[in-house]
Amino acid sequence: MTSLPEAKPGAKKLGLVIDLDTCVGCQACATNCKEWNTSGHMAPLPDRNPYSAGAEGVWFNRVHSYEAGEGEDGRTVHFPRSCLHCETPACVTVCPTGASYKRAEDGIVLVNTDMCIGCQLCAWACPYGAREFDDDQGVMKKCTLCVDRIYNETIPEDRRVPACVSTCPANARHFGDLGDPESAVSKLVAERGGVELMPELGYKPVNRYLPPRRAPKPDAGPPKEAGPLPSQITNPLLRWVDKVLSR
Amino acid sequence: MNPAPSIVFFTVASGAGYGLLFWLGILRPLGLVPGGALFGATSCGLALVLVMLGLLSSTAHLGRPERAWRALSQWRSSWLSREGVAAVATFVPAGLFFIAMVGGNEGLAAPMGLLSAVGATVTVYCTGMIYASLKTIRQWHHPLVTPGYLLFGAFSGAALLAMLAGFWGAAAAPAAIAAVLGALAFALKRAYWASVDAAPPIATAESATGLGFIGKVRPLDPPHTETNYLLREMAFRIGRVHAKRLRGIASVAGFAAPTVLLLLTLLLGGVPAGMLAFAAAALALAGMLAERWLMFAEATHTVTLYYGGEARG
Repeated sequence: MTSLPEAKPGAKKLGLVIDLDTCVGCQACATNCKEWNTSGHMAPLPDRNPYSAGAEGVWFNRVHSYEAGEGEDGRTVHFPRSCLHCETPACVTVCPTGASYKRAEDGIVLVNTDMCIGCQLCAWACPYGAREFDDDQGVMKKCTLCVDRIYNETIPEDRRVPACVSTCPANARHFGDLGDPESAVSKLVAERGGVELMPELGYKPVNRYLPPRRAPKPDAGPPKEAGPLPSQITNPLLRWVDKVLSR
Repeated sequence: MNPAPSIVFFTVASGAGYGLLFWLGILRPLGLVPGGALFGATSCGLALVLVMLGLLSSTAHLGRPERAWRALSQWRSSWLSREGVAAVATFVPAGLFFIAMVGGNEGLAAPMGLLSAVGATVTVYCTGMIYASLKTIRQWHHPLVTPGYLLFGAFSGAALLAMLAGFWGAAAAPAAIAAVLGALAFALKRAYWASVDAAPPIATAESATGLGFIGKVRPLDPPHTETNYLLREMAFRIGRVHAKRLRGIASVAGFAAPTVLLLLTLLLGGVPAGMLAFAAAALALAGMLAERWLMFAEATHTVTLYYGGEARG
């Protein structure tokens, strides 16, 4: 059913919190996502010409790098982009078949690939580019929030998080219930001022991005007294001391 | 947006087919087009063939065309589903309209013609809303898009009806209607272009990344070295490069020239009128293909913001 489930206050909203301050752009999350999902719920994720020019394929997570601002105030920011599991996702309501759906129990947006006709209207409706078309199977694919990991009782409990979160070496990715204001991720968002992407479109994305911290301005201190040039110091011992201390 | 030929052909052919069905259903009971069985069967037949070719073409865009029937299920939320339901439902009165005209059953033909006209309008309205409901593409999420689909369908359908009626030497009424609609379509498309050119972007690279508080955002490294589905489907650039010339072709060849030819038809009458109406219909359809191709090719999607692209101008 592509009508959205009724929004209940306090309902579970599983999602990701991505820390743009600590993300180092290593692509480990994208790689582990591809690795897990090519044999997971939406498997396989196709690749064309994987070992030659023109290599391309379906990925659920893409890591961009941007420059923001100018000069000293500018920053390089690595920016992982994946499905934001919106509260009011247009990708679901435009679906003519019911293949695209949002789960009432945890808010995860999924595609039933047995029902998808591959019309691709959902990809047009998503502002974030979260959906990619599988040419081999003729159906749409997208991030599942690793629904086949997070509830998987055959793997140790502490590893029941999305593949991208489990692999991040910089601890820049966090997973949890953003519908619960007391959850660790909600507290993190509150503390760091986490933001929605393109809030003006009104799809109410669940995932949040933690903005890069501002670099502290170096404390200038009292102005330094200008010393004599080394050539002006005649005493060789003092010249040596000046040289060592100036390093 | 990538102008997939299957969708461009589908929306033009079905738009013209439904337009033709609409005007036949309206004008025939009023006696403004030939009332014979042959004319009715030819016109209604052409309309249904165009609609069916269009729908068939649209399935070529599907990854799994054998599952197309599933698209009829989600009419509560999806305009694409509603379009499918409306299209299938319209076949019922349209088929009966055809049969009634062939069988000379005027008592049935008139109401079925009117019902077909209603069905055609609803279907084309749904087609327009598929595009107009997508907030991600500002050139489509525009108040003139759905009226445009309706008007362009009505115009090209009327031009086709004028052509057919011209063969019977009775093109006057449909030609006059088509000329008026052509002029309106020309004006609407011009107003639409002026409006989308002046409109601000719906989102920015800054709002797409949340990094605007630092300053202007520009891409440094792309996430992949080769192209991907998103760029092929949603970052189509050739249309905008040649937009000015293509707009000229679409508005002159598609709307202005057929309008002039249709007005000449009214003055001339007889065989020359039929030939002019034929030329007008052919030009209108060719122009509609250019217009529809351009509507896709010029459209910018917010995902291109992540790739440093257009959704800005």
